[in-house]
Amino acid sequence: MIHSLFIINNAGDVFMEKHWKSVINRSICDYFFEVQSKAATPEDVPPVISTPHHYLINIYRSQLHLVAVVTTEVPPLFVIEFLHRVMDTFEDYFGDSSEATIKEQYVVVYELLDEMLDNGFPLAMEANILKELIKPSNILRTIANTMTGKSNVSGTLPTGQLSNIPWRRTGVKYTNNEAYFDIIEEVDAIVDKSGSTVAAEIQGRVDATVKLSGMPDLTLTFMNPRLLDDLSFHPCVRFKRWEAERVISFVPPDGSFRLMSYHIGTQNLVAIPVYLRHNISFREGSGGRFDVSVGPKQTMGKTVENVSLEVPFPKSVLNVTLTPNVGKYTFDPVNKIMVWEIGRIDPTKLPNIRGSISLQSGAPIPESNPTISVNFTINQMAISGLKVNRLDMYGEKYKPFKGVKYITKAGKFQVRT
Amino acid sequence: MASNGGFQNSGYNNDRPPSSTGSGDADVATDPASSSFFMNDYKKHDDLKQMLDTNKDNLKLEAMKRIIGMVAKGKDASDLFPAVVKNVVSKNLEVKKLVYVYLTRYAEEQQDLALLSISTFQRALKDPNQLIRASALRVLSSIRVPVIVPIMMLSIKESCNDMSPYVRKTAAHAIPKLFSLDPELKDQLIEVIEKLLADKTTLVAGSAIQAFEEVCPERIDLIHKNYRKLCNLLVDVEEWGQVVIINMLTRYARTQFVNPNRDDMIEEESEKAFYGSDEDEEKEDKEEEEDDKPKKKPYVMDPDHRLLLRNCKPLLNSRNAAVVMAVAQLYYHCAPRAEVGMVAKSLIRLLRSHKEVQYIVLSNIATMSVKRKGMFEPFLKSFYVHSTDPTHVKLLKLEILTNLGTETSISTIIREFQTYITSTDKEFAAATIQAIGRCASTIPEITDTCLNGLVRLMSNRDETVVAESVVVIKKLLQMQSTDSVSQPQEHKDIIVHMAKMAQDITVPMARASILWMIGEYSDRVPKIAPDVLRQCAKNFINEEDIVKLQILNLAAKLCITNSKQTKLLCQYVFNLAKYDQNYDIRDRARFLRQLIIPGEKAGAFAKYAKKMFLATKPAPVLESKFKDRDQFQLATLSHVLNTKATGYREIPDFPEVAPDPTVRNVEVPTAWVADTNLLAQKKKKKGGKVKPAKKKSFYSDEESEEEDEDEEEEEDSSDETDSSEEDSSEEEEESDEEEDEEDEKPKKKSKKVEDEEDEESSEEVDSSEEEESSEEEDEEEESSDEEPQPKAKSTKAKTGATSNAAMLLDLDFGSTVANPAAVGKSDFLMPVLAQDMSSLSIGGDTGRSTTVTAPSFIPTKTYELLNRITGGGLSITYRFTRTVSIFSEKMASVELTLTNSSDKPVLNVKIGDKKLQSGMEIFDFPEIGNLGVGATVTATMGINFADTTQPATFDVCTQEKKFSVTVKAPVGEQIQPVNMAENEFDKQQGKLSGMNENSGTVDMATENTDIKTISRRVYEVANVVQVPSMQDNTYKFAGKTLSAGALVLISVKLDGRKAALKVNCEKMVIGSMLLKDLKDSMTKKD
Repeated sequence: MIHSLFIINNAGDVFMEKHWKSVINRSICDYFFEVQSKAATPEDVPPVISTPHHYLINIYRSQLHLVAVVTTEVPPLFVIEFLHRVMDTFEDYFGDSSEATIKEQYVVVYELLDEMLDNGFPLAMEANILKELIKPSNILRTIANTMTGKSNVSGTLPTGQLSNIPWRRTGVKYTNNEAYFDIIEEVDAIVDKSGSTVAAEIQGRVDATVKLSGMPDLTLTFMNPRLLDDLSFHPCVRFKRWEAERVISFVPPDGSFRLMSYHIGTQNLVAIPVYLRHNISFREGSGGRFDVSVGPKQTMGKTVENVSLEVPFPKSVLNVTLTPNVGKYTFDPVNKIMVWEIGRIDPTKLPNIRGSISLQSGAPIPESNPTISVNFTINQMAISGLKVNRLDMYGEKYKPFKGVKYITKAGKFQVRT
Repeated sequence: MASNGGFQNSGYNNDRPPSSTGSGDADVATDPASSSFFMNDYKKHDDLKQMLDTNKDNLKLEAMKRIIGMVAKGKDASDLFPAVVKNVVSKNLEVKKLVYVYLTRYAEEQQDLALLSISTFQRALKDPNQLIRASALRVLSSIRVPVIVPIMMLSIKESCNDMSPYVRKTAAHAIPKLFSLDPELKDQLIEVIEKLLADKTTLVAGSAIQAFEEVCPERIDLIHKNYRKLCNLLVDVEEWGQVVIINMLTRYARTQFVNPNRDDMIEEESEKAFYGSDEDEEKEDKEEEEDDKPKKKPYVMDPDHRLLLRNCKPLLNSRNAAVVMAVAQLYYHCAPRAEVGMVAKSLIRLLRSHKEVQYIVLSNIATMSVKRKGMFEPFLKSFYVHSTDPTHVKLLKLEILTNLGTETSISTIIREFQTYITSTDKEFAAATIQAIGRCASTIPEITDTCLNGLVRLMSNRDETVVAESVVVIKKLLQMQSTDSVSQPQEHKDIIVHMAKMAQDITVPMARASILWMIGEYSDRVPKIAPDVLRQCAKNFINEEDIVKLQILNLAAKLCITNSKQTKLLCQYVFNLAKYDQNYDIRDRARFLRQLIIPGEKAGAFAKYAKKMFLATKPAPVLESKFKDRDQFQLATLSHVLNTKATGYREIPDFPEVAPDPTVRNVEVPTAWVADTNLLAQKKKKKGGKVKPAKKKSFYSDEESEEEDEDEEEEEDSSDETDSSEEDSSEEEEESDEEEDEEDEKPKKKSKKVEDEEDEESSEEVDSSEEEESSEEEDEEEESSDEEPQPKAKSTKAKTGATSNAAMLLDLDFGSTVANPAAVGKSDFLMPVLAQDMSSLSIGGDTGRSTTVTAPSFIPTKTYELLNRITGGGLSITYRFTRTVSIFSEKMASVELTLTNSSDKPVLNVKIGDKKLQSGMEIFDFPEIGNLGVGATVTATMGINFADTTQPATFDVCTQEKKFSVTVKAPVGEQIQPVNMAENEFDKQQGKLSGMNENSGTVDMATENTDIKTISRRVYEVANVVQVPSMQDNTYKFAGKTLSAGALVLISVKLDGRKAALKVNCEKMVIGSMLLKDLKDSMTKKD
């Protein structure tokens, strides 16, 4: 299936290659560079590129291009999903998946890649299994290894690989048994000029960090499971139980993992937590005026934090001179992007930014106003109203410490002006 | 790539611990500054070689790490091959692993040297550690050296019989590797694949199918027998395997089942012919269905087809986008139209994933939305474009929005489009205008609105927008005028407007469009047209080719309609064109001149010029780029690229008539009826003994059971027992079973026995089973009377059912004497359990010509489990009954005899904690509530020793105390007898030679050399059965191990008082232990 993998940085440097079948010369990447040079931004590179004898399927993540080479028909999503899992695994192992980290940890990276695929077909992808095969290196272990002469490589097959629950290893022990669940919701919205919502969706996920000894069997129930209509689960969740009783019952993997993600579509009514009042105008000759203020709306009494606005101005804009009453702003004269960092919104003093825009002399005035992207975080609230009812544990005797956190964030939250 | 050199120095070397002795040299050697001094490549790697040659593991490791760094960077490290390959024998696992990695990379280039390592791998293939076996096979098969093909073949064959599923999985991966190395081996490999396909573990399934797809995708016949198993296992297979299996099953379904939409399709076609529209397909379909039902024979879906769809549905909630997409395409290609809609929701969810995923999903949705508009209509807003989307995603969203447009939704879509036009992304803005054009052409109601909007756009400041609008307007006008010839004055103002713009627009395509339009509709603007031509003629030489051609066209047309004013101009233009650089233009001019301004030798065509040039032209059709994409299977690479990718297999059309569905039957359904009748009778007798105290829990099961029956008529009896058994034995799964009638089909056996069971559940087992048995009998009769077809179906799934059932009957009726302890309360579960047990084992060993048979001898030897003194009066002994365990056929039945010799009753005796080796399982005996003073009770439990000699350790709990006990099984008790013909025996013995053979000789007492004594002695040791032999003085016995089913062959050859013993078994430990036991038994005096 997957023949080879090349990892390329933004400078066009192929700094790692791995072949699972016969070796393919790295000159194959020239086809990729050719397409890349045509794309305006790295994001615009098409994920599938056809060359005379090979097909290149690539992803762009963490400033890196991962280019997989395939020679025959294969479901492209299969490869894309795999590449993203590779990056996930790196992040899991090293904390991030930047070029520097990968170069630094090249041996582990190479061993991981070797273990993940056999003959181009996934062999062991589950983080728990990989961690037993190849121990992630940390300072403590490095010291221990040098002292004891042990290696990072495990000599036995992880038990999980063979059991019915491949995601969990046996013999897990903690002194503090704890289970934390973060319910994170992202609001995607398009708000039009007049302030009415064109489209709004919620993308939610439940990220769990479970550090429990033994083989706990957890059951998570919601106050209002009816909200959840379209979701995907970690393989550990018993799907039938959900279908039947609307409870989430699972034997959790050890450590951090995404328990489920859900999607609340455009058909539902989605509350929009902030509003923008804007007045942007361009005039021939002199430039233009810019006046935007932000305010909270439907936040159920919670404060809106980490608010920032991103305004991509048209290319003909030369500079902006603005004065915010809260926070500060920066303007990137190359990309013409203005970012206004507001922080917390104080309802008594609504943040406002105003000033003038100067245009390049002689340039025609832009015909459209920029679309403003808004970022914000609201703690202690899930905008959909989802609430955890209780978490029960079976199968083990101790009393675990349990915690649930709610966060609402802006996803692709855009205001057309 | 120029910066590679610089980077090499900075990165990759940093893993070097500063204390390492070799590092100093290494620095000098790899430092380009110093090595340039010598300019010698050999010198450069010298230090690495030295490090590899030392005895110190940490130096070796260091060297290997740096070599791997070179490999990872794609630098040539092949000259180190001899130094590296030596280390393949290293004891250090990490070094070894890195050497393996290196070998797979360079073995192809250094074939001769690579051969040095082969023997190491061969040895590692026999390693007791499954991980080492697997990685040896992985590397061995990855070394692409043709010389070792036979060795690879042999290793694969051996490994696919390995008891570790992980090794078998690796073997499945090795098959395509070998195939690519030597395609001639195909036939042999197919045999191996066939074997792996029959494997019951989920770990192997995905890889086996992948091997199948790469080696012999055309051998669809291999799938038949495994089809149901695959469907049932699907949910438990790992994600990647699921994708491969679903894709394969899609193809399978398209060849084996008839089109579920067949009835609709015929209708649809005729419908189309009448109205020429393909909108509202969905609606029409529904109406059709209603109208049709009485007329046509209703389509009945093959239950296997339904099974596939049903088992795939939960996978729509997978976290893996590839799995969701695979299910979506399965439904799109194979499901009845009405059911396809439900995949839409899951696909929409994927849209929030990574942008690459988005791109693929959107392009698939685009294809689906062409044919199935209704599917995605509710999700219209999810396709609205965000300004931060990558361009290719924006374009796809636009495409989909256009496809989805209907009379009702079009106004919102057009409003949305209007904001897109102002986008700074000009490519996207241009595409939006085209999309508006398409909407206008498909939905007549909005054509005028769109036209007006587009005309306004022509005054836009952006040139691309203007140009695109012009092109679209031209197309729309053309379509309109063909529709409504009656209104010649229509749109005159638009044409006038465009004619005025002709000189301002510089985009060639747009200019050409305007000119063409003026020529075509010159009758509507008779005054302006000649003037436009005049202006164009002035500037002719500076125009682009495409514009020049249109000027020629315009000139020709005007000359025909208005020759008085334009003839001279026309001639002038033709003259200019005559000397143009482009030959197309020269040719065109020459051709037009002959037609328009005929000279003295006027061609016969000249008089038809008007007809030729001013004929009404067919309107262009604006349609989706994705219209024909559905010729490719969705979710494939070919679909995304819109060309056939290498190795793409066309998705076959449904057959007119379904091929024989019985090929999927796993077993021939003969003899079953007789058996069930017998069983039924047997059950009738036992039916009365229900303990009322336990009824409660049982009834709740029963209720749900009945519901299920109502819901699903196809449900057959075996499934019933299956589910109820699950209900009671596994509290956890209980609800699943009750609620989801979809999954009532036979489960894989491994699920049945779980460690998590608690005492309560094991208690419930018998009560509910007892009741069930009487219950079931009725159903059995019912189903056999009414539904002969499903009945047959149910039997197919039961592998080895006949043999097992027959054997158990044997046991129940005949062997009660030899097996007195089994008459306890647990014995009458046997038929029921055995029956559903066999139904649970899907796709068992049908391939084997051997059958499990009843034991020839039941030993009476008992072992002590718990001493009377340590047990505080409770003593337990155990013995092996050599019956097939009722709990799992992999378990050995152990009969416990509990005696209370204390002065007070012992309460609640049950099994507590178990400390088991991996792979071992215990099925508890039912809790004994009260063991009276001096009373003796027997109980049966099942232990799966996983073919090891390890003892099973567990706790026996009473109300007060807990005793840790161990049950140790002699190897002979982990065998079950199998019937076999002599030639088969010899054949198998031949295969199991070499390391799998253990032999020895014993001296025996003369009186012991008769056949009776010998066979008794053998039977005492091992649970085997004699194979009838033609040879004198040679006695043969056959059996197989309980857990892995590996054959155990024993032969005793007498030569006077000497007996040559030979034990063949692929489990070497078992073979050698057995030989030792046999020797002891043979030589012992009576």
